[in-house]
Amino acid sequence: MDFDLKGALLLTFGQTMQMVISSLLAAIIIGGSIGLLLFLTSNTLFLKNRIINQIVGVIINITRSIPFLILLVLMIPVSKAIVHTSIGPNAVVIPLAVAAIAFFGRLSEASFSDVDNGVLEAAIASGASKLSIVVKILLPEALPSLIKNITVTAVSLIGFSAMAGTVGGGGIGDLAIRYGYQRYEPEVMFICVIVLVLLVQVFQIIGDSSAKQLDKSSK
Amino acid sequence: MIEFKNVSVSFKQDKQIFAAVNDANFKIKKGEIFGIAGSSGAGKSTLLRTINLLQTVSSGQIFVDGENVTNYKKTQLRILRRNIGMIFQHFNLARNLTVYQNIAFVLKAAGKSKSETDARISELLGLVNLSDKKNSYPANLSGGEKQRVAIARALANDAKILLCDEPTSALDLETTSSILGLLKDLNKKFGITIVIITHELDVIKGICNRCAVMNKGSVVEIGDVYAVFTKPREAFTRQLLSHTNHFSLPKEILDKMEGPIIRLTFKGDNANNPILYYTANAFQIGFNILLGKIEYINGLPLGILYVQLIGEADTLKLAIDYLAENTADLEVINHGL
Repeated sequence: MDFDLKGALLLTFGQTMQMVISSLLAAIIIGGSIGLLLFLTSNTLFLKNRIINQIVGVIINITRSIPFLILLVLMIPVSKAIVHTSIGPNAVVIPLAVAAIAFFGRLSEASFSDVDNGVLEAAIASGASKLSIVVKILLPEALPSLIKNITVTAVSLIGFSAMAGTVGGGGIGDLAIRYGYQRYEPEVMFICVIVLVLLVQVFQIIGDSSAKQLDKSSK
Repeated sequence: MIEFKNVSVSFKQDKQIFAAVNDANFKIKKGEIFGIAGSSGAGKSTLLRTINLLQTVSSGQIFVDGENVTNYKKTQLRILRRNIGMIFQHFNLARNLTVYQNIAFVLKAAGKSKSETDARISELLGLVNLSDKKNSYPANLSGGEKQRVAIARALANDAKILLCDEPTSALDLETTSSILGLLKDLNKKFGITIVIITHELDVIKGICNRCAVMNKGSVVEIGDVYAVFTKPREAFTRQLLSHTNHFSLPKEILDKMEGPIIRLTFKGDNANNPILYYTANAFQIGFNILLGKIEYINGLPLGILYVQLIGEADTLKLAIDYLAENTADLEVINHGL
């Protein structure tokens, strides 16, 4: 069989990046907002509201407790409704995004909670509006930790995206399973794993260095 | 300037009502430095936070400048808070913002333009002696420098009141006195009313004009610092003072000494007279100072001396009577007559 490994790698790498990047963006924007909402509704300085906090918390917990493979299948009708297809990278983005939003929602809540409450109290005492405190104090103070948690989310997404093959989603993980495992071509599997390892490393290095750059809390 | 009227704050804790502040009733005058002392858990911090409504009261009213602010909300509350600066034990500066950005935040919150902000920050940093640290991050400042930045931030919008929550408790002795000096200067220069809560009585002695003593949520004593420290009315105040002002002769020394040993207390004006010298001369007796100190509270001296008197028993009795008349307090500790 004439198998163009280079072409297949390029194609599947592109698919993986497409899945990871778009679901990561969804996680940052929607998951981050949910994390912020969870934090604000838990803090007496802002908008403490136990009912909203618990409802959102339970929804996140339920989503997080569904195994990703099951979520992939459960989300097929949703993917069909939103992207009008149930196969391919576009369709897989939906369950990936849902999982990533719930995951990063919790992580970002922790990032916001780690901000020194005294700093926020001082800002409240200065008479600043809550919105400006969130934008100009809370976000910069939480940013290094948020970036670390975005990195963790991205790395998990690379792992999740490898399961995308089960619903015809493509990607490098899918290539590794179909050619490397099912067709007994260990070198394909090996190369795929190397690519994934490198990808994770790159994400980790970028995340760590930018978090360090933004963190001014040590000398 | 600030008035507490029947102010109580209670929290619900494990289904029990816990009174953090219990019926506080007093006034803080414009332009004074007012201290609130008490051990930890006495409710000092809670009471302080009711002034800028960081803590809502369960009952009673807070008046600032004659206005009942107890129910201020939203914009009204934000404007009130702009006029009341606050500093904290752990400084509470945003770590990822520079000195400039930390102060600029509160100026922009009050709607100041970029140029007004820049000018005001230069002025403020000059005031707290940190002009060269404008672009530093808090992590690169010492504790004292961080507190100076916090003071600059608190006063940025021309605050008329400065609330200080244990402002020197995280600082060493030398830095403490420099921060207290700065607060005193600001009080003199701008007439800012300063309210300090602290468990360090030296802070109160050092800069306060008047003070209140709190115990278990209640204000037990209130008055001029000098009066409270030299003539405490309440048992709790005496107990509090004895903890931090431990000053007495070791028992072994007392047992070894012969003849009468007296403890003299000098207050106010009579602390400046060389009364021991006069007495020794007039009655022809000798004296031996065993232990002594004079400290200044709110600018007034308070002296305590332990003196062994040497001479004939009859003359000593007369001398002791004379000393008792001419000092604030005299206690014969070791009689030996």
